[in-house]
Amino acid sequence: MVATFESKSEYKVIGTRPIRHDGLDKVTGRAVYGADVKLPGMLWGAVLRSPHAHARIKSVDTAKAESMPGVRSVVTSADLPVAENKMVDLGEGATNLKWAADNILASEKAQYAGHAIAAVSAVDRYTAEEALRAIDVEYEVLPSATNVDEAVAADMPAILEELVDTPGTAESGHPNHVIEFTHEFGDPDAAFESADFVAEGEFNLQMVHQGYIEPHNATAIWDEDGRIRVWTSTQGSFTVRQQLAAVLQTEESRIRVTPLEIGGGFGGKIPIYLEPVAALLSRKANGMPVKLVMDRRAVFEATGPASGGKIWLKLGADKEGKLVAADSNIRLEAGGYPGALVGASGMCIYACYDIENMRIVGYDVLVNKPKSAAYRAPGSPQVAFAIETLIDDLCDDAGFDKWQFRRDNASKEGTRRGDGPIFPRIGMEEVLEATKSSDHYSSNLGPPMPGRVRGRGIASGYWFNVGLQSSVNLALNNDGTVELVEGSTDIGGTRASIAMQAAETLGISAQDVNPTVVDTDTVGFTAVTGGSRVTYATGYAAYNAAISMIEELKKRAALLWNIDASDVEFADGVFSSSSDPELSIGFKDLAGKLGDTGGPVTSTGSVDLEAAGGAFGTHICDLDIDPDTGKTDVVRYTIVQDAGRAIHPSYVEGQMQGGVAQGIGWALNEEYYMNDSGVMSNSSYLDYRMPTSLDLPNIETVIVEVPNPVHPYGVRGVGEVPIVPPLAAVGNAIKDAIDVRLRETPMNPGRIVKALESDNGS
Amino acid sequence: MTTQVTPGPARVHVRATINGQSHEFLVPPYMSLLDTLREIVELTGTKEGCLDGNCGACTVMIDGRIVDSCLVLGAEIDGKSVETVEGMATSEGLHPLQQAFLEEAALQCGICTPGFLVAAKGLLDNEPSPDEHRIRHWLAGNLCRCTGYDKIVRAVQKAAG
Repeated sequence: MVATFESKSEYKVIGTRPIRHDGLDKVTGRAVYGADVKLPGMLWGAVLRSPHAHARIKSVDTAKAESMPGVRSVVTSADLPVAENKMVDLGEGATNLKWAADNILASEKAQYAGHAIAAVSAVDRYTAEEALRAIDVEYEVLPSATNVDEAVAADMPAILEELVDTPGTAESGHPNHVIEFTHEFGDPDAAFESADFVAEGEFNLQMVHQGYIEPHNATAIWDEDGRIRVWTSTQGSFTVRQQLAAVLQTEESRIRVTPLEIGGGFGGKIPIYLEPVAALLSRKANGMPVKLVMDRRAVFEATGPASGGKIWLKLGADKEGKLVAADSNIRLEAGGYPGALVGASGMCIYACYDIENMRIVGYDVLVNKPKSAAYRAPGSPQVAFAIETLIDDLCDDAGFDKWQFRRDNASKEGTRRGDGPIFPRIGMEEVLEATKSSDHYSSNLGPPMPGRVRGRGIASGYWFNVGLQSSVNLALNNDGTVELVEGSTDIGGTRASIAMQAAETLGISAQDVNPTVVDTDTVGFTAVTGGSRVTYATGYAAYNAAISMIEELKKRAALLWNIDASDVEFADGVFSSSSDPELSIGFKDLAGKLGDTGGPVTSTGSVDLEAAGGAFGTHICDLDIDPDTGKTDVVRYTIVQDAGRAIHPSYVEGQMQGGVAQGIGWALNEEYYMNDSGVMSNSSYLDYRMPTSLDLPNIETVIVEVPNPVHPYGVRGVGEVPIVPPLAAVGNAIKDAIDVRLRETPMNPGRIVKALESDNGS
Repeated sequence: MTTQVTPGPARVHVRATINGQSHEFLVPPYMSLLDTLREIVELTGTKEGCLDGNCGACTVMIDGRIVDSCLVLGAEIDGKSVETVEGMATSEGLHPLQQAFLEEAALQCGICTPGFLVAAKGLLDNEPSPDEHRIRHWLAGNLCRCTGYDKIVRAVQKAAG
């Protein structure tokens, strides 16, 4: 049963911009991140990684390393419990336990260059790294594939032998090519027959990385009683506990995970990498704590990138400008183990539009690259690039206005999403209207910089957001302040957005609520900081805990006044009697009387939310291109997005701006550049070039608020959808500027110049 | 197993001023200033992001000049003065840049924040009123993946007055 809420327009705390509670520690250098952990007797670890993209591991000899001075322990996959070939749920959907374990330390084969093979602990980092050189690994190098076409070549062997002749691959005809789903509705083939305009194209995207500035890290103790303690930077302490228990084959209750401050994640810090290795090293080093910190190259080569891949798409419209048919084939790179988030692509590809006849086929394609992971609206930016580009092409071909076409076909309450669900109240139409009335949309392009050509593009995007489980504990202090304990690790200001919802409910100020993120022994289960769920779901749990606290305080007031608790009302931070106007007491005053009314007041709140409330955004991009060099500069950018209700508008704007910056990097520069041996050639920040402050303009934000009816304060997730439209917004602006259509990312200077040359030559 | 001895050459003796305090310590000759600050001086506000001078998370000032501390050896600061993020606030309160970062919500995860603060201080110490382009140019050696830089640039403008 899903509760629904009437939205208020006036709040005291919600919609204000208090200084975040953890801010002071973060501007003074006091905040403790994962790599800052230092424990008595702590050892440093280092990880040996495969130099080959695909290789059978014939032998690993660690004897020399083990005898080096200062070395305390050495581990390989032989130290992991033998993992069954079975599906388990590790908090991020079902996964095969053997593959999960093999991704931690390779057993039979290295599936990608950078795959962990062995690890060492030693008295310091330098000694540990030196000891890696003394480990001898004998490899038999195998043919490798680093894109979806190479993966299905006739002479490319199975990257995972277990997948040969399984139901998903028998149908596709190649063991590296797994059919994930087919969604079909209406009669797309007939609708294309009768369509007046058809646009069709194939899109090719390169793999990109989340690019968080803080490398992965983990510190662990595995003691003689079999208890494991872990300190780590993670998006979910409880999902670390789940994954660790599965891979190490112990009980979750034997594991305590302490989340430290986390230096960015964007989906990439949901999987575990170092945590079990640190634990294994500790166990073999008599339970001494072992710390591991990845270097940047390992972050690129061995942790969760976003899938590249190929997308074929075809759209049909009638002459009135109504989208009547859509057909698509989505092939995303899984990496060395199955699990590209292509299912989400299927949920998102047509979501902005009401299309009656449609088909979507999704494939998970194994390649010899790191196992892909979630990256901010995973699977959605890739397909938005395809559909928002083709909509522009279709409008150019038919002479439709690009905004009006999107408005005429926009999804609304009751529209069927491509994979089946019917939309509840959503804000796509309001977002498009706000786009049209924005300052940017109504401003002329203006003159380009000297020697440049200017263009403008628009594009929309969708992310479904998730709910899931969260827990919050509250304790009332006798000065009327409240301690708030939560399990959602805070990547971007969610302590503030959760505390503000508790404060609003309790009728006190944001600064009177003191939020703390705690370990897995100290709060109830809380799902990952992902899916744009924390302000929505953990905020909802905080609301529930606050409501429960108010109920208890009503009883306390009733005791003071010797009346029935049902006669006590609470509004605007004041408890009062419904029958006697003389009887009233403020929240803080009542907090000072707990000793007279039965002692401390604590409360808990928890949620398990199936529904979330999807979010839509539309972006406007102006850019200048130098046609001689292909250099592109984004000169103006506006993001319009439905936030449901912006709890802390500054951090909503921050999510919007940050997602846009990542999207612009994806559009223009970023890619995994693989050499002929299947090794990433640009595994450093110098060569994997993310946008700097000089590459971006100020990013203008327009927050639309169409309250989410299934949240007490109308919150929709805001973190992910901002990265969805930029690829197409940039591509459409490039087309507008130089009349060349690029269907491949990144749209870097080389590709632009090449496209201009071939266009002029034809 | 041997006793707890790190192999390698002898330690280098260093005397330096760090955040206004005199420090004296021994450091392995191969240890970066970043690790020296974090492991020996135990100031962990300076962060590691890439170890090759491309992210700026480890930015500190040596004798008033900003450097990536991962590209400098700890032994090189002998006789010099080093400022880190921990030295920005005083008993009088936060540095105007720190206050502006809080008020303008110029941080999300916060891992790049110490580097940005020290780099921005390096700018404002010498140029009290830089324009937006100058700020963007100066800070281009510091990567932030969360904010899109908009609020960081505004915070520096605000601190500059």
